[in-house]
Amino acid sequence: MSVVDRQEWDVVVVGAGGAGLRAAIEARERGARTAVICKSLFGKAHTVMAEGGIAAAMANANEHDTWQVHFRDTMRGGKFLNQWRMAELHAQEAPDRVWELETWGALFDRTKDGRISQRNFGGHEYPRLAHVGDRTGLELIRTLQQKIVALQQEDFKETGDYESRLKVFQECTVTRILKDGGRVSGVFAYDRETGRFFVLEAPAVVLATGGIGKSFKVTSNSWEYTGDGHALALLAGAPLLNMEFVQFHPTGMVWPPSVKGILVTESVRGDGGVLRNSEGKRFMFDYVPDVFKEKYAESEEEADRWYEDPDHNRRPPELLPRDEVARAINAEVKAGRGSPHGGVFLDVSTRMPAEVIRRRLPSMYHQFKELADVDITAEAMEVGPTCHYVMGGVAVDSDTAAARGVPGLYAAGEVAGGMHGSNRLGGNSLSDLLVFGRRAGWHAAEYAQGLAARRPPVDDAQVDTAAAEALRPFSAEAGGGGEPGPPENPYTLHQELQQTMNDLVGIIRREGEMEQALHKLAELRTRARRAGVEGHRQFNPGWHLALDLRNMLLVSECVARAALERTESRGGHTREDHPTMDRAWRNVNLLCTLADPTGGLAATDPARGQIRLARETTDPIRPDLLALFEKEELVKYLAEEELYE
Amino acid sequence: MSSYEARFQVWRGDERGGGLEDFTVEVHDGEVVLDIVHRLQATQAPDLAVRWNCKAGKCGSCSAEVNGRPRLLCMTRMSVFDRAETITITPLRAFPVIRDLVTDVGFNYEKAREVPAFVPPPGLGPGEYRMFQEDVDRPQEFRKCIECFLCQNTCHVVRDHEENKRAFAGPRYLMRVAELDMHPLDAAAETGLDRGRTAQDDHGLGYCNITKCCTEVCPEGIKITDNALIPLKERAVDRKYDPLVWLGSKIRRRPAGGRAPAAD
Repeated sequence: MSVVDRQEWDVVVVGAGGAGLRAAIEARERGARTAVICKSLFGKAHTVMAEGGIAAAMANANEHDTWQVHFRDTMRGGKFLNQWRMAELHAQEAPDRVWELETWGALFDRTKDGRISQRNFGGHEYPRLAHVGDRTGLELIRTLQQKIVALQQEDFKETGDYESRLKVFQECTVTRILKDGGRVSGVFAYDRETGRFFVLEAPAVVLATGGIGKSFKVTSNSWEYTGDGHALALLAGAPLLNMEFVQFHPTGMVWPPSVKGILVTESVRGDGGVLRNSEGKRFMFDYVPDVFKEKYAESEEEADRWYEDPDHNRRPPELLPRDEVARAINAEVKAGRGSPHGGVFLDVSTRMPAEVIRRRLPSMYHQFKELADVDITAEAMEVGPTCHYVMGGVAVDSDTAAARGVPGLYAAGEVAGGMHGSNRLGGNSLSDLLVFGRRAGWHAAEYAQGLAARRPPVDDAQVDTAAAEALRPFSAEAGGGGEPGPPENPYTLHQELQQTMNDLVGIIRREGEMEQALHKLAELRTRARRAGVEGHRQFNPGWHLALDLRNMLLVSECVARAALERTESRGGHTREDHPTMDRAWRNVNLLCTLADPTGGLAATDPARGQIRLARETTDPIRPDLLALFEKEELVKYLAEEELYE
Repeated sequence: MSSYEARFQVWRGDERGGGLEDFTVEVHDGEVVLDIVHRLQATQAPDLAVRWNCKAGKCGSCSAEVNGRPRLLCMTRMSVFDRAETITITPLRAFPVIRDLVTDVGFNYEKAREVPAFVPPPGLGPGEYRMFQEDVDRPQEFRKCIECFLCQNTCHVVRDHEENKRAFAGPRYLMRVAELDMHPLDAAAETGLDRGRTAQDDHGLGYCNITKCCTEVCPEGIKITDNALIPLKERAVDRKYDPLVWLGSKIRRRPAGGRAPAAD
């Protein structure tokens, strides 16, 4: 029916952040003709926002660091829910992935003896983060981008065409993964600039689309984070894993409205910044949980001495794990002791001289000065929790990054689940992108090459259905799709969705509120089918948003359903009605699948929802990995029968 | 501390033409120009085309011209304008319009491909690179670039001279040449590639007459002219007129893997 441009590739990578670009480089170097599709311009992906660094046990700053120590830290951070084989591979391979970046031109900050400098970060036993000031993500993206260009230059020399083996389709969006029976056969996409549809026929597709933060009102995430890869996987029949785990960073800006949610780096507290409520009280002393009581200071005097003498004093409670600090801030604001714009005060101005602040925290000084008219050397910042990262994602094979149940589909980076368990450590994201981006590209290329002449054909009917789905927002006013009711404004729907997720499935969760959220999501889903747009298909943001809504609604339902199901608190999932961690839940994964396996969302009952939930017991942790921990520590996490197996 | 109604003129159209459209729109405390564009999309012009991503001055997507001045929309606060003034937003002038505030920035990606990539030093494996902070400081300044292309847009060599685009890479990519030239371990010279000469011969360095417009608009505060273009010009000129200088610069290079920093 529809005339849609078609091209043949071996591997298609969806997303051009750290994971996607690393996957594309690997696939191309292994001989696969590789296409990258990204929603933004090449080099603008959300990875540029990463500040702190890349965690890798290179032992440049402390010779005792090894992959085993890194593995242990990662498992603790994730409260032992991590897919342990992923955590193992990640810790083992991260150093090679960082060193390789240097051979592609990256310029990290250096140690005195000329090696890559490594800095301390929360949850890491040794200084482990390779970094470039506070712009490590930008360096990572730029290095990978320039490596792609280098490969294109090689291809140009050989074939006369820069894009003969590796092409970036920038400002294009994939709306459906196409399948032949159970296997991947390609993707359906539109070009934002022209609004035209096109199909890339390929036996292997790597999802590297990042996270879901744009479903929440207050987030540190950029506009692209609409859960596209999560939704594409679901629609293709692949399950999502542990979607209830969403990390809220404790310190995002709360004012002005334009920057609400933008990150205020953890180093502010690391360098001596303190949190105060509207009464001027350092409230974190009231929020030290029992398990951490021995490790944190009990008085302001002791806490203040720690900065100079960490061996004889305990850490200030401002440096508790992210989830603890975020919950405390939330509680203070709810109790009416918040700052004028609904946060709390983070103060460095009374803690160190102005010139020290400007030297140690240059970008924070700049950020508050430029965007909030706040001089952080003279007054306190206002901060509050912000949605930062999703630990849940596509269920993948640890070694190959292959999505479960859909041959030809792979996932890497934030869109993949399992690696970080219930909570991610700072610095482990950039290394995750590189380690599993490479593995996804490698196995996707191998799979595609193994099929050789038996490539799965693209089904015309699926292409027509995808085109009709993508065009529906233009016929909303005519009651298109047989939906009764007036057309809806996609921007309004998006705002209501963000408010719902923020208020009802946010940092602190309650059974009643999550049930309410599921009702609201059902209503929004029905209304979203009438989301209408004005104008034509050429670079039309209203249309793009109307299409992204499908993904955000699917992913939001996964988060809400899984969060309702898990009756414990662990890492990035806090239940007010089940406030403690339960060892019985340690080895339980929650899997979300599409309720209607055909992927035809129209047929789905609006009230019952689109997502089906299943529990699964995880594989026991390998004994040699368990042996890296002391028994007394394991007792806190593992159930009796797991300990004695 | 209040809201007010602001008057805006936003250029709307496509490659066939267009013009300024008037809007009156609410502005709240602390907002930036990009917030206002988003409010227009949500309430008055749902198909108004604009690029943006991080909204934190880190990705360089939302470049446009505000009252004729090249800026990032996300870093331009409304409080810098008089409440009574009409604020005009137009697309980047040096690049062809696609729609509304979105332009075709493909020129930049073409120029990026024309700069030969980093050449890894032979004989050094991953993990064996040794470089000193004082040697990487200079190229690191250029790697702060967020590729917003404001410098490319404002540079008068191409701003009103379409015909120069073929021969001129623009400040961003001349700076990339300088960055690679200053990389302590780049082995281009060993392969017979003289980066300084390519800047002159292949990337149009000679067109630049150091008016510093690029430096003025850089949101990252990179001293493009002083730290990248002028040093590059000095080297290119030296080499062009004095082959001995060029030879000397080759000999002075520290051996691959660099032990101690040479005293240059």
